[in-house]
Amino acid sequence: MTAYAALPLWLVLTSLVAAALIFALGEARRRARTVVNLGAAALKLVLVGVILDGVAAGHLFSVRLPLMPGFDLVLRADALTMLLSTLSAVLWLITTVYAIGYLEHSPHRCRFFGFFSLCVAATTGVAVAGNLFTFFVFYELLTLATWPLVVHRGTAAALAAGDVYLRYTLGGGALLLLGVVGLHAVAGPGDFTAGGFVPVDAAPAWLLTLLFLVMFVGMGVKAAVVPMHGWLPRAMVAPAPVSALLHAVAVVKAGAFGIVRLTYDVYGLSLVAALGVGLAVAAVAALTILYGSLRALTATDLKQRLAWSTVSQVSYILLGVGLGNPLASVGGLVHLVHQGLMKITLFFCAGAFAEVAGVKRVDELDGMGRRMPLTMAAFTVAALGMIGLPPLAGFVSKWYLGLGGLAAGQPWVVAVLVASTLLNAAYFLPMLRRAWFNSDGGAVEVREAPLALLAPTLIAAALALGAGLLAAMPWSPLQWVTLIAERVYLLAPPS
Amino acid sequence: MIEPSLTPAWALPALVFVPMLGALVLWLLPRWQPLQRWLPAVLGLVLLPLMWPLGHAVAVDGAVTLALGGHRAPLGIEWYVDGLAVLLLGLNQTVAAAVGGYLWGAWPHAAQRHSPGFGVCWLLLWGALNALAMSADLFNIYVLLEIVSLGGVVLVVGRGAGAFAAAMRYLLFALTGSLIYLLGVALAYADAGTLSLRLLADAGLGAPAVTALTLGLMFKAALWPLHGWLPAAHAAAPTAASAVLSALVVKAAAYLLLRLWSDVFSGSWTPALLQALAVIGMTGVLFGSVQALRQVHLKRVIAYSTVAQLGYVLLLPALAGALAWQGVALHLLSHGLAKAAMFLAAGNVIIAIRDDRLDNLAGLDRVLSGNLFIFAAAGMSLAGMPPAAGFVAKWWLVRAAVDAGQWWWAIAVAASGLLAAGYVIRVLRAALASPDSFAEAPRHRARDLSPAMVAAPALLAAAAVALGLGAAWLGPLALAGSTWSLAP
Amino acid sequence: MTALYAVTAGLLFGAGLYGVLARPGLIQRLLALNVMASSIFLYLVVLAAGDGSAAADPVPQAMVLTGIVVAVSVTAFALGLVRWFRSETGAASLESDALRRDDD
Repeated sequence: MTAYAALPLWLVLTSLVAAALIFALGEARRRARTVVNLGAAALKLVLVGVILDGVAAGHLFSVRLPLMPGFDLVLRADALTMLLSTLSAVLWLITTVYAIGYLEHSPHRCRFFGFFSLCVAATTGVAVAGNLFTFFVFYELLTLATWPLVVHRGTAAALAAGDVYLRYTLGGGALLLLGVVGLHAVAGPGDFTAGGFVPVDAAPAWLLTLLFLVMFVGMGVKAAVVPMHGWLPRAMVAPAPVSALLHAVAVVKAGAFGIVRLTYDVYGLSLVAALGVGLAVAAVAALTILYGSLRALTATDLKQRLAWSTVSQVSYILLGVGLGNPLASVGGLVHLVHQGLMKITLFFCAGAFAEVAGVKRVDELDGMGRRMPLTMAAFTVAALGMIGLPPLAGFVSKWYLGLGGLAAGQPWVVAVLVASTLLNAAYFLPMLRRAWFNSDGGAVEVREAPLALLAPTLIAAALALGAGLLAAMPWSPLQWVTLIAERVYLLAPPS
Repeated sequence: MIEPSLTPAWALPALVFVPMLGALVLWLLPRWQPLQRWLPAVLGLVLLPLMWPLGHAVAVDGAVTLALGGHRAPLGIEWYVDGLAVLLLGLNQTVAAAVGGYLWGAWPHAAQRHSPGFGVCWLLLWGALNALAMSADLFNIYVLLEIVSLGGVVLVVGRGAGAFAAAMRYLLFALTGSLIYLLGVALAYADAGTLSLRLLADAGLGAPAVTALTLGLMFKAALWPLHGWLPAAHAAAPTAASAVLSALVVKAAAYLLLRLWSDVFSGSWTPALLQALAVIGMTGVLFGSVQALRQVHLKRVIAYSTVAQLGYVLLLPALAGALAWQGVALHLLSHGLAKAAMFLAAGNVIIAIRDDRLDNLAGLDRVLSGNLFIFAAAGMSLAGMPPAAGFVAKWWLVRAAVDAGQWWWAIAVAASGLLAAGYVIRVLRAALASPDSFAEAPRHRARDLSPAMVAAPALLAAAAVALGLGAAWLGPLALAGSTWSLAP
Repeated sequence: MTALYAVTAGLLFGAGLYGVLARPGLIQRLLALNVMASSIFLYLVVLAAGDGSAAADPVPQAMVLTGIVVAVSVTAFALGLVRWFRSETGAASLESDALRRDDD
């Protein structure tokens, strides 16, 4: 095991060590904490760059640590890993900057940044997990690390939201445990393998289906799939950087990512198709897309509306995965990145509105375009991307999903996408109209957010914009996802 | 690396007689203050390193047998140390060292200083617990159980009327359990004509003897529905005593149940009865957890958690297999470490805020974030969260249930982890809550805590978490010398 | 004859157990525990005697002797605790009103 091949371990350790250091530094050492925070985030970004280059060149990154007889903690990096870990590394850096600005004068910053780093470590662990067992370890760690962030403010509402969050996610974790142990008992230990490692005759079809569904539900809780979505809108009481992190990178993505792994690398597309569970996933995803959008329409609180939008948008990923078709896969996987970039922009903006202008409700957005033009511009770019206006990022995702649906012989997918797009427009456009064209009556005074909030917002918006506009360029999310899809489908063509 | 040839022959008596001689010395010299302060801590640090060569010897060469006075069974009494015994001895020495350090650190604070009687009883109890882990003779175990019970009762006493009532109730339960156990010993002798566990395993026992021995030990281990004495006693006892009682004393009885059911009793009950026993155990898990969720006092939450956590032991007879054995063994170990850490941390909280009502913990993390972190880490192991040792234990138990085709126990074990998470989180949640006003924030008394009083539980909690990473080594050790082996 | 002793031992054990569980007074409960212990000793002595054809088995006798020592010590300890308990709380049973305040 060379140091180069062990890089995935270091990827996790950068955040883990950062968390330990931050806890050790304590509340008062503000400057040292900032150095650790940003230093670790930057280091992680460098590591990601090195691994990214290696994976593209076909190098193997794998670390195996025996944990108990028959179980190894396997950390490795493949193309899919890098999709999530690149996203999390980039967004960790800018969210850290944002959070430092956002929490400037609030208490418990040591606790906040410690668990924040732990949360990123767990997300990275989910990304680099090389088998279901390792995945489960980090999946549970993620639950624990995010809880203190959700209840950060310590108010009754925050504590209640934390309770709901834990009830859902720990329940999901217990189901996942049963599923993983069950699968281990029938199919033995197996690392994630392109095309899956579960033999068709490992167990009766009903048992394999049951285990798949149990694990799907266990992971679907974090992905906020209807009807396991209840925790997500409630968790909005958390500070804005936490919401951004939960929604764009960490929790929901860990769930969606797990389902991708389960489908591609555990069961494999051919077995998933044979059992008929792929279409079930797609159907649940379609239902979630529509339901989330409908609820977003009626939400009046800005962050609530964004939360329901997340419920809807994350299921695009699952829709693409469930259809089991190369084009749909590209659409779904690329949305993992696109949704992350756009949603984090929206939450940064929402946080800035609340902090600077005290605007928390949709109907208070009047005139925001004039009061905070740069922030509102970023909001607009991300919102239009979410709707799927060509050539923005959301459009790229939806285009491939639609093509994939047609290619898979499921034309209803197009109808779902059209309906969802209309609903997206129906809840985003009125906000934009209020902000840019309505006046709040008072004297207009331009007062932007401080630089620590504004810069991350603009960078995130620029990334979201670039991901769509430059989708055809090398190293764009789309090109990377195409590489993944090629590997998945060429190595293991579905029968 | 230490060569195993140094031990283990003399390590075994040392583990028993060093603490007991220490007790004698403390009793003879009650006024020598430095001795009273230093001896428990020093003995803990002296005996803990013995576990390494002993564990090494057992892992490599299998179980170690020592015939006391050179007389082998059936004439003499034997001590028998296999992998499980090493794990329990390791737990005993670790907790003893931590508690010794805690008592040492608490000494300068007059209110926390232990009396000579407390020190004597603790050392006596410790020696007896080590002997219990090794004894392979039913009647010898009875005598040791009595010493442990009396020592435990003394440790509880000392805090007003509540503690007296709790101690009296503990005494009555413990003596009743002892006598039912003694009846079992007599019946077993009538059946088999021997008291040696080694010889009994071949002879086979009748149902009355098995039932009486099991019931007697269930009293001692406070397994539902015979748990009535535990919550009050463990909650009312002084901090160090609570840690010892919950982590070690009830654990010794649970350990004996495990040992008897794997070696001696196997095959003596029908599968339906074994399922019934497992139902009792898991009902205890459910009951203890629900009670823990309803308590308003911190120490009672932890005490009820002990009632819950010991219930898993009764799964072993039903699941009978190497994985279940490993799982329960590691569970006992991780629970002991975590529980001692939690009681010591809770004791620190009480010293700092003079209160242990959950409602009054709000804002605690401003003054006692370290102790809260310890509590959280230990609780994480208790709830079976990765990568803590409790997680590995839970994993093995779930897997054992699946392999045995008893999927209902797999679901029950997974679900009961959630309940444990529930009562741990409930405490943390109370501490993370923002106090309504600054005046209600806990008053700073964190200065009353010396570094050793925080370091002791911190090391225990760290061990509970870190042992999960040593499972590749602990699993085979638990199986060393046992009747189980893993299929390749 | 052996059976008679064994049955007597069983009855005594049952009576003692009932006493421990059902009687309120601490002294009464301690006495009941002693009755239980004696019943087991009786049974062990019967075991040692066997059918009377051979010499008595020494092991149960050794157990009885040790058991008596343990029982005496434990009883002394318990009596001491009861006295202490009484002087501290003024109660002679665990159900006493004097304890209500702390019992929850």
